[in-house]
Amino acid sequence: MPHHPKSLFDAPLDGEFLTRDQAKALADRVLAFAKADETRVNITSGWAGNSRFAGNEITTSGGTTNTAITITSTIGKRRASSETNILDDASLRRTVASAESLARLSPENPELVPELGPQEYATVHGYFDATAGLDPERRAAAVKSAISAAETAGGPGANIFVAGFLQANAGANAVATSRGLFAYHRSSSANLGLTARTPDGTGSGWSNAGARDWSVIDAAALGRVAAQKAAASRNPRAIEPGLYTVVLEPAAVADIMGSLLGTFNARANDEGRGTFSKPGGGTKLGEKIADERVTMYSDPTDPDLLAQPFAGDGTPVTRVTYIEKGILKEFSYDRYWAQKQGKPATGGGGGGFGGGTVKFVGGTRTTAELIASTRRGILVTHFFYIRPLDPRTVMLTGLTRDGTFLIENGKITAAVKNFRWNESPLFMLSKIEEIGRAEPVGAGRVMPTIKATDFNFTSLSDAV
Amino acid sequence: MPYTRRDFVKASAAATALVIAAPDFALAAGRAPTRWREPDADELMAVALSAARDAGATYADVRIGRYRSQTIGTRERQITGVSDSESYGMGIRTIVNGAWGFAATSAMTPDGVVKVAREAARLSRAASGVQKRRIELAPTPVVKGTWATPVKRDPLEVPIEDKVALLFAANEAALTVRGIRFVNSGLQLLREIKMYANSEGSQTTQTFIRVGPSFSATAVGAGGFEQYGEELAPRGEGWEYVESLNLPGNAAQWAALAVEKLGARSVEPGRYDLIITPENLWLTIHESIGHPTELDRALGYEANFAGTSFIAPPEAQIGKLRYGRPLMNIQGDRTQVGSLSRCAWDDEGVAADSWRIVDKGIFKDYQTTREQAAQISALTGVTRSHGCSFADSWDSVQFQRMPNISLLPSEQNTSLNDIIAATDRGIVIRNRGSWSIDHQRYNFQFSGQAYYEVRGGKITGMLKDVAYQSTTPVFWNSMDMIGGKDSYYLGGSFGDGKGQPSQSNSVSHGCPPARFRGVNVVNTGRGA
Repeated sequence: MPHHPKSLFDAPLDGEFLTRDQAKALADRVLAFAKADETRVNITSGWAGNSRFAGNEITTSGGTTNTAITITSTIGKRRASSETNILDDASLRRTVASAESLARLSPENPELVPELGPQEYATVHGYFDATAGLDPERRAAAVKSAISAAETAGGPGANIFVAGFLQANAGANAVATSRGLFAYHRSSSANLGLTARTPDGTGSGWSNAGARDWSVIDAAALGRVAAQKAAASRNPRAIEPGLYTVVLEPAAVADIMGSLLGTFNARANDEGRGTFSKPGGGTKLGEKIADERVTMYSDPTDPDLLAQPFAGDGTPVTRVTYIEKGILKEFSYDRYWAQKQGKPATGGGGGGFGGGTVKFVGGTRTTAELIASTRRGILVTHFFYIRPLDPRTVMLTGLTRDGTFLIENGKITAAVKNFRWNESPLFMLSKIEEIGRAEPVGAGRVMPTIKATDFNFTSLSDAV
Repeated sequence: MPYTRRDFVKASAAATALVIAAPDFALAAGRAPTRWREPDADELMAVALSAARDAGATYADVRIGRYRSQTIGTRERQITGVSDSESYGMGIRTIVNGAWGFAATSAMTPDGVVKVAREAARLSRAASGVQKRRIELAPTPVVKGTWATPVKRDPLEVPIEDKVALLFAANEAALTVRGIRFVNSGLQLLREIKMYANSEGSQTTQTFIRVGPSFSATAVGAGGFEQYGEELAPRGEGWEYVESLNLPGNAAQWAALAVEKLGARSVEPGRYDLIITPENLWLTIHESIGHPTELDRALGYEANFAGTSFIAPPEAQIGKLRYGRPLMNIQGDRTQVGSLSRCAWDDEGVAADSWRIVDKGIFKDYQTTREQAAQISALTGVTRSHGCSFADSWDSVQFQRMPNISLLPSEQNTSLNDIIAATDRGIVIRNRGSWSIDHQRYNFQFSGQAYYEVRGGKITGMLKDVAYQSTTPVFWNSMDMIGGKDSYYLGGSFGDGKGQPSQSNSVSHGCPPARFRGVNVVNTGRGA
């Protein structure tokens, strides 16, 4: 474990965040102060350590510990919440009183659902000592190894410029209600990303890896890939914007698919303002909305995802299959809408991607094999600054970045200038030529390489 | 209520006195503001600085932050969320062996802050093994004092019922408009007390108050739905600003625009003269002038995340780059009344500054911190930091963040109508829609909330599916008309993201309406 302050408040802690027993004791203390009809306590407790680098040296690094508590009080049909990170009795009493007075002053909410009693949750082990032990010295060593590997891969005298960020988090979330619910989950995550640039300013490459377990991340390999992409992307050619076949690496697929988060919300679709609402009423549930090879789901117990098995209100997060073999299969339901529609609540906030996790099921072939089978296309490393243009179609705009290449007759033949594009991930899912192997792109996210046709590049960007 | 006014009074009477020097504390008019002081804060800061020195720090600074924030969200006739939060803790930054370290904790006890000071020094040492250049800070005068956002009424002291009543009245007014099915409105309110001390002897206490209202309405018609969001600028002001917007009185006319959008004609893509209202243009300034003039971006510090800048290297750009025509003047500023980044001192104890970034169309200077100032002083002749160091929380490290950056109005008092009347074939773009720009801040695409076709100097109808796409230098060099001071508007955002781990900065941008010639317009509808 890293060396960090061990005392966050009066009660001593074993580590940088609350154990199950400590979280339970804190929740019980708060619940004992509560006078509302119902009370919920959410606890977030954790440590974060980071090392940031640029110009091949560490520029800033930090370590923080914090425990914050949110108290949600319900009086009749009125509900409000109040949060603090000051954990002495006086502050907790004050925060309880604040939540209760805000609740009393709030108008009645006709959609209010009562707090939950005890629930059954799946067991998920998402905490790894290798991540929690990523202390300042280990982080500095990892950064040094990534920078050295990039400098070596850049070649002698290349003077490759390296910038990046390494972050580790370890902590726990807990939820308790006055109806007897208590849930606790601890997890960890680590991420190392870096950008290598050539000194002439014409080449830039990026690589990134994230996982709950730091020990699966190879810092030197990331350094090498970023530098190789930087060197290969020098002096990019301008090619005409237009419709191109693309091979999107898993990070690029994650970037664009992230915009589907929220579109699987049952209520917005049922109410006629969702992406999958039909004009005149009804939704597209059960209809084919994508290529039949597309399957996407959230499942906290999936060994590649390992997400928190409960939502903030204590609802168990269940497996939700959004798209199965191209068919729009299931929506996410919050508790109110689930009750109203006679469906089970899914957790995950009602917007899809339960617990923020998602798995896009992959195929068997590698990115290299997808490139080899492409007659003419564009290879994309990742995207930047994606923004919605039209919620009805999930039409987005964004740019390519840090390694965009022309593929001709199965080979990468040139670096090309970055493009702006206007495209919808939903349209793209119907234009799939092949789905490659899937891999983790961050803690709780798995995406494949995708080859799709007619991707709409609309203009050139001079940005490197 | 967490930590009441009375608690503060009691606590500060018991605590070691801090030097209260700045006379403009009295600007916080209305009631005499309590000295929002923390118990034992001075002592804890002194303990932390001393522990840092003992741990080998040649420089250290410490910030204690106490944040109170409240958010209220509503839809139609109900509350979607009310929350109130406070956060309290200390962050300490050290230089050991010429390298930065930073650590933060919510354990506000002498033991807690000693540990965190040692942890910061440990981080400095670990970093110094992967360091090539020693950190050097530009000199700055030692300062002591207090400052507070001048407000007539602290928004956190306004009863929650009054706030909800205001939002419900706006929703109700919008729902009277035929075709309106959904309405969302909300308030985001913040009070931040920031205490700062450094090992050079500076010591300041500042209180920031910020308010951010929001309103949008959705109309549903036979062909689908359309949403209109009004541009309600967040400000560094009190509750009186929220009241001045008159949400209940204006909501129906805003909602009517959502209905009108249902019948708008989809734009024909092509080149148009654009008349961009300040409610849209402030964000274009933020993205295409604010970000590329950040010195850390130009030097590559943000390469892995937000990106670099086309305005690099500095020696090739300062005094040379033609950003726009001579009517273009851009001011960096942390002093403007009502603005979000207004302060008396930044998070390095540097006094607020106001300086020219673009003068008569020529790029002159970047945004800087103490660490950065010396790197370009030979080019600019400016040896001081421009005071752009800021951290979004006690547990975030301060780094270079954007001040208010504004386009100065014309000396002629040109109005929006004058610009429309002078335009033969164009589009008026109103309010903020979608925005996207590349990582060196060249290629951008922005949209708005409402668009009007202009023919022969007159507005002839409403358009939809409009976005303008251009390249920063081309776009700004196409600006040939700007409004005067009466048409000036101060927009802004609470949520300017930058850095890893990502931090959020509050920043304002002022500008008049302006005309841009022959800009590429794309259609963002189904056929985009």
